[in-house]
Amino acid sequence: MLRLEKRPSPSKGWIAATPVLAVVLTMIAGGLMFAVLGKNPFEAIRIIFWDPLFHESFAAYSRPQLLVKAGPLILIAIGLSLGFRAGVWNIGAEGQYIMGAIAGASFGLAFYPSESPLIFPGMIIAGAFGGWAWSMIPAILKTRFRTNEILVSLLLVYVAEKILASAAVGFLRNPEGSGFPGSRNLSRIESMNNPELIPGTGMHWGVVLAFIAVIAAYVLLNKHLLGYQIKLAGQAPRAARFAGVNPNRLIVLCLGVSGALAGLAGLFEVSGPAGQISIDFNVGYGFTAIIVAFLGRLHPIGILLAGLLMALTYIGGELAQLMLQIPAPAIQAFQGMLLFFLLAVDVLSSFRIRFKKERVA
Amino acid sequence: MTGTPLLSINNVTKAYPGVVANSDVSFQIQPGEIHALLGENGAGKSTLVKMIYGLVRPDSGSMTFLGAPFAPPEPRVARSTGVAMVFQHFSLFEALNVAENIALGMENPPPQRDLAMRIREVSEAYGLPLDPDRLVGDLSAGERQRVEIIRCLLQDPKLLIMDEPTSVLTPQEVEILFHTLRKLAAEGTSILYISHKLEEIRTLCDEATILRLGKVVGKCTPRDTSASEMAELMVGKSLATPARDNADLGEVILKVSGLSVEPSNPFGTPLRHIGIELCAGEVLGIGGVAGNGQDELLAALSGEVTTAPGTVTLNKVPIGDKGPNDRRDMGILCAPEERLGHAAAPDMSLVENALLTARQRKGLAKRGFVNWGATRGYAEAVIADFDVRTPGPDNAARSLSGGNLQKFVIGREILQDPQILVVNQPTWGVDASAAADIRQAILNLAQKGAGVIVISQDLDELLEISDNFAALNEGRLSNVRATRDLTMETIGLMLGGAHDMHDLDEEAIHAEA
Repeated sequence: MLRLEKRPSPSKGWIAATPVLAVVLTMIAGGLMFAVLGKNPFEAIRIIFWDPLFHESFAAYSRPQLLVKAGPLILIAIGLSLGFRAGVWNIGAEGQYIMGAIAGASFGLAFYPSESPLIFPGMIIAGAFGGWAWSMIPAILKTRFRTNEILVSLLLVYVAEKILASAAVGFLRNPEGSGFPGSRNLSRIESMNNPELIPGTGMHWGVVLAFIAVIAAYVLLNKHLLGYQIKLAGQAPRAARFAGVNPNRLIVLCLGVSGALAGLAGLFEVSGPAGQISIDFNVGYGFTAIIVAFLGRLHPIGILLAGLLMALTYIGGELAQLMLQIPAPAIQAFQGMLLFFLLAVDVLSSFRIRFKKERVA
Repeated sequence: MTGTPLLSINNVTKAYPGVVANSDVSFQIQPGEIHALLGENGAGKSTLVKMIYGLVRPDSGSMTFLGAPFAPPEPRVARSTGVAMVFQHFSLFEALNVAENIALGMENPPPQRDLAMRIREVSEAYGLPLDPDRLVGDLSAGERQRVEIIRCLLQDPKLLIMDEPTSVLTPQEVEILFHTLRKLAAEGTSILYISHKLEEIRTLCDEATILRLGKVVGKCTPRDTSASEMAELMVGKSLATPARDNADLGEVILKVSGLSVEPSNPFGTPLRHIGIELCAGEVLGIGGVAGNGQDELLAALSGEVTTAPGTVTLNKVPIGDKGPNDRRDMGILCAPEERLGHAAAPDMSLVENALLTARQRKGLAKRGFVNWGATRGYAEAVIADFDVRTPGPDNAARSLSGGNLQKFVIGREILQDPQILVVNQPTWGVDASAAADIRQAILNLAQKGAGVIVISQDLDELLEISDNFAALNEGRLSNVRATRDLTMETIGLMLGGAHDMHDLDEEAIHAEA
């Protein structure tokens, strides 16, 4: 009989080894699935994991996409991970992302057609403020009236989507757009553009900020008292109060930081890769970032890697659909397997497996 | 008595992964005998009785019951053979009355009316007053234990196992319990009595088997053996009784007056007009059965719960509205009862747990950045000074045994050189030698001029180390008395309050006021 035995403390070796093991297991199980579908499993795996970065003809397009997609995922996930560590469950990053984009774009377009160099910095501040303000709604409701931040933040996503739709067809609609929904294209306006900083890499200001956020979160969690208090509040709330941590202050702080970072991710997206406010502007980065945060074990470096891996499977999955005609549900199943194995083998880091003869109880 | 033993345990061994709970254990219980099973926490007492009760099966060895082979696969079989057990933690439904609770534990419960009658008969016969119609939620711990005992007695057991029965009782309730157990033994029922309280065993038990680290290390007749001899057998070394040179009390440093706190959750106990005056160099013991406001009192003193400024004053400075960290700066340090989750974070290392309360007084953080080197140094100092057994400061708090973690928690506060130390249940679940170390450390701290408040259920502990004593009952604190003038009788009355079945004498009424 197989038995799980809790380790006295989590094994450091296994924490590092489990993600690699999970990717290998996903390749095996996914390969089997592709084989059953009549596709060459080795080719499919190569297309998903290798070709987006190194294929001679596709890579020129898909390689920059890696950072373009990973950037917002990492930026949002870093913010969420602080809250998740403290036991503050912000599920509404998607809404904060939308509101950041709307606030930032509104600020910029209000000054159209000014050429002032202060407009883009102002948009960044407005974007962060939009996301922060949207996250303050669940924060204040929770600290004042003990509402559940999971529900409030999640439902506010749908409110934000309605505001987005009304912005796209209403107050932000391009007056020169011959009646089509959608705002002016910010990426074509010099003073509002979030450009690709190094051509061919996909690197834009949002990606730079994501990397800075990773480093800042690492320093915060490992060196700073606030990071210690965040971890303490999440692991042992009573001990945190005993240590003098004010739980309400922590709720406001964690929701505020994650909201502001999600808002920034939205601003950099709308002024760069997406280019404009449109009805289908949001593509689920705010929700996927929750998965990225947990895949990365809520650790900044882990989140950096998980964001890149997630982006890779999305780009590679699209490529595999295109080149091998693998159906989209099979690609989604493959991505699901990756999540499944990552979470399943995680058990090995805090438990060890014992083989034991079965005994009549 | 030399006839067939009621229960004979022969060379029983039981191992769990990483630990041998019982190794080659043998002993006999004669009919009508009160047999003590004595040992520290983790000595293997619980595993052994679980085997007798059919909850655990031995790896090797055998048991016989009245000469016949006895290997119960489940508690039902053990019960039908004649073994009954009263657990340390009760399994009762608060919303049901006594008779309903008892019926739930029976194989074939009789109709309620007959059952209620039998409960009355048994409770009268054995001097255990209990009304079958009362709701269990309204009963005291002692009365709840009576429900469990009567549930067992209705099965007419030949062997009654009692697991640490006196830990929740007042001295008067202990007397009643002992009276019942002696009566049962006189009628031929054997009793296996599990405890680590030596004086109790000396007054009650006929024979004793002493376990240490899973092995039988001695057998004795408690009446003829001194408590210190038994303690030596149990612990494996001689214990020094905590002592200090003199007890000169200084000025009043901490004053609590008119402290009333509403509980933050519906199951908490409100504090009512608590008044305390603590002098420099004083050890004030606060006794009381758990759940009478101990946690709430500690929270009000630590600053986790704040009150009107004037209700708590330190050196005449009002501090009732100050939070935990402000109070630490002023020198009030606390060690809560719940070690894992309150005094320490279970999954954090001892280094991280050292930072939990020692940040300000030890200067472990500058401008918000933690000085992990200094924090590690402090954790190592606590580990060294308080003899905390752990492979190193990077181990998680939950990997330590209860006693070692408690030494760490108390040491963490004492090495910060507090002016006031408040500890709740400092030696609960802690083995005897660690408990003696902790008590000595508390006395040393008072010797240096600090005021110490020790909240504890263990009366022997309070009598041993405190200068003054007060009882906490339903959120009210009795008058403070000098410990040397107290008898067990008065303490019992101070603790008992409304649940006590004796008439309250004048003294007790005075104490209540």
